[in-house]
Amino acid sequence: MFDALSDRLERIAGRLRSRGRLTDSDLDEALREIRVALLEADVEVGVARDFVEGIRQRCSGEALSKSLTPGQQVVKAVHEELVAVLGGETLKLTYASRPPTVVLLAGLQGSGKTTTAAKLARWWRQLGRNPLLVGADLQRPAAVEQLRVLGRQVGVTVFSEPTDPVSVARAGLEQARRLGRDICIVDTAGRLAIDEELMGEVRRVSDAVRPHYTLLVVDAMTGQDAVATARAFHEVLELDGVILTKLDGDARGGAALSVKGVVGRPIVFASTGEKLSDFDLFHPARMADRILGMGDVLSLIEQAERSMDKESVARSAGRLMEGRFTLDDFLEQLQQVKKLGSLGGVMRLLPGMTKELRQAADRIDDRELSRVEAIMRSMTPMERGDPSIIDGSRRVRIARGSGTATADVNQLLKQHREMQKLVKGMATGSGLPGLPGLGGPGGKGIGGMGGFGGLGGLGGLLGGRKQLAALQTLGDETGRDQQGLAGLLGRGVGGLPPLDAVASGGPPAAGNGASRAQRGAKGKKKKGGRVTPPKAR
Amino acid sequence: MEEGASVENEAPVEGGTLAEVVPPTFRERLGRSRGVFAGLRSLRGKGVAPSTWDELEESLLRADVGVATTGMLLEELRRRVREKEIGSGDELVDSLRSDLVDLLSLEQRGGASGTEIAPGGVATGEAVEVAVRDGRGLRFDEEEGVVNVWLFVGVNGVGKTTTVGKVARQQSGSGRSVLLAAGDTFRAAAGEQLATWADRVGAEIVRGAEGGDPSAVVFDAIQRAAARGHSLVLADTAGRLHTKVNLVEELKKIRRVAERPPGRVTEVLLVLDATTGQNGLVQAREFTDAVAVTGVVLTKLDGTAKGGIVVAIQRELGLPVKLVGLGEGPDDLVPFDPAGFVGALLG
Repeated sequence: MFDALSDRLERIAGRLRSRGRLTDSDLDEALREIRVALLEADVEVGVARDFVEGIRQRCSGEALSKSLTPGQQVVKAVHEELVAVLGGETLKLTYASRPPTVVLLAGLQGSGKTTTAAKLARWWRQLGRNPLLVGADLQRPAAVEQLRVLGRQVGVTVFSEPTDPVSVARAGLEQARRLGRDICIVDTAGRLAIDEELMGEVRRVSDAVRPHYTLLVVDAMTGQDAVATARAFHEVLELDGVILTKLDGDARGGAALSVKGVVGRPIVFASTGEKLSDFDLFHPARMADRILGMGDVLSLIEQAERSMDKESVARSAGRLMEGRFTLDDFLEQLQQVKKLGSLGGVMRLLPGMTKELRQAADRIDDRELSRVEAIMRSMTPMERGDPSIIDGSRRVRIARGSGTATADVNQLLKQHREMQKLVKGMATGSGLPGLPGLGGPGGKGIGGMGGFGGLGGLGGLLGGRKQLAALQTLGDETGRDQQGLAGLLGRGVGGLPPLDAVASGGPPAAGNGASRAQRGAKGKKKKGGRVTPPKAR
Repeated sequence: MEEGASVENEAPVEGGTLAEVVPPTFRERLGRSRGVFAGLRSLRGKGVAPSTWDELEESLLRADVGVATTGMLLEELRRRVREKEIGSGDELVDSLRSDLVDLLSLEQRGGASGTEIAPGGVATGEAVEVAVRDGRGLRFDEEEGVVNVWLFVGVNGVGKTTTVGKVARQQSGSGRSVLLAAGDTFRAAAGEQLATWADRVGAEIVRGAEGGDPSAVVFDAIQRAAARGHSLVLADTAGRLHTKVNLVEELKKIRRVAERPPGRVTEVLLVLDATTGQNGLVQAREFTDAVAVTGVVLTKLDGTAKGGIVVAIQRELGLPVKLVGLGEGPDDLVPFDPAGFVGALLG
């Protein structure tokens, strides 16, 4: 998301980086380009104007820091301005003292309200809450049916009746109370902000259920109109925040930068994919990091924490420390990684994603994981425990059992051997293995599958809270710390051979490319770790 | 067959009547969304000052016309002011208006072959087999044994299913025998939604299992249409982002399958939400690369939307807007009218 903006800013920063001095005309030119970049990302015209003015002020006169080059100064100003425009803090959701907490979703047609309702329900379920979905969209044919199907998928009851939206909402709330649900999510029909009749109706729905949170669902691809829409809904409903949907494409998200500035309400959630799990709280500061290519390690860790099975992670982390890494561990880690959601989505959270890498991330085929899993599942427990007993005839059997070729089996075994070597080396090496996979020589040709192990290593990382804390600071500091920024600016100097390998890999052929990109991500990841040293010093 | 008669019924609409009947609706409806260009009205009765350019630029940008297209339009206007062709604010606004209309009209593009052009339509006579078009400038081959397939594609939530429903209503209303293919097997209950439309319209529908192969649904639909003597299949597809390679590949496959005789893809319509910003251009480009889009359906133009992105799409890709959605009613889908559109934009 925000890729176009991200690319443009990166390019501008790249050019300024080498400058020793920044003349007024240099600055003017950079600001002009930033303005165009913002406008092309659909940032509202007025907001773009203020944004550029803000940067100009931050870059002028006494505000200048001596420790930064002028180019870095501009990037820092852009970052600060982004954080300011995006709204600084993540909204803290609170719950009604007398449940249920009522959430009302409103928005234009096609912004994704119904899907969002289900994603929201799923999100709360993961936090151990017990939501009820109320389908008050009686307008669009089969909208309630859609909600019911999605409700079944996320395991949340859906309430609706063919009366009228206000009665449905009221009855739905009653039902939630009766069933003892602590959250009641009301999905409403899409409507145009200028349709007074329908706006009156949603007002009445709102009056009937007195929502604790009224959230406007906005399509991230919306152009200049996003602000007008938000303003109009805000006037009628008093919004508490915005949910941004369809953030998983290219060149957009300007609405995100505009709504907060104009309506004064933050973006609370963002939906980043078609899967019901592709949904999370929106963190403005992290998003600013992401726009500037700094990645979003914090979100990744949280995602991991939420979805991974801590026990299993701790178990395999323990074994890793002892220098053992069997195919069973591999399999277990693979399953943990799969829970994180699509690999492409995970990759996008890693720092230093270039355009090529982001494209590679889009091309990742998650089915590759299933293939690897199938191979391992076609082995006997004994084989998984001690792969050295897998001889030629066993290989043929495994390949046949998993619907793959013997060569695939060989490749997997080879990769496992190399990973095992690595793990052993780390365990016998100096003390803590650090971030297995993550911090390890990810790029150094562990092979495609090494990537998976690497991500599994992230799980291992979770086992050790210490490292988690370390990474957390890293994430925080890259955001705010000047030095961290300087580190970012110096990026590229560090040299990322594995990355280039991915980039030049071109359109990866089916599965192989996926794992290759994966490996690139690893290299990347490691690089993310490297941002720290300059700061620590 | 009744078809001949109904086509004739529509014929007047195709010609002069259209320009008189539709634009009022257009402007009336779009009237609500005016205000973007309120600034332009204030330019009238004045000279051309430096601030005029800023106002013009801002107005165009606010209408989602985009930086590049705005720059091009303004550059041309600047030249004319420099060469003293234009002196007043009025003339400036008027020439912007005519530039925009020119840009959106097809004359520049299809005119080369001297073909007849219907409002919002596509040039006739391109194909050797005469493309008989209906009043909305959509291509329909009336060849014996050919099942015309109109494919509706686009990102999520732009209104594809609704558009298919409305087009079905219009087409069957004008006497064509229509069959609907519920090619959106991904979104929950998309099939039900289309089935509701099929019911309303009284058209036959072919549905697949949820999560099934959409190409198979389209294939079945064409077979069924051929067997039952339906001449037109309207194929709905699941919304997909143009960045998802797998999904775009799936779409390509749908098109390939639909092209197999007796099927013939005569229209691939990109459905675009009028509130879409600059991403609309990327969408249009990617979808055109993938499945050779033949035209754009601009939906939800009755909101506060401006739809200025179609100017950029027309300019950079030469893709015409064919239909415009102006409301939720089944009859609120009308042919695109450049003059009406620009008129509403400029206020």
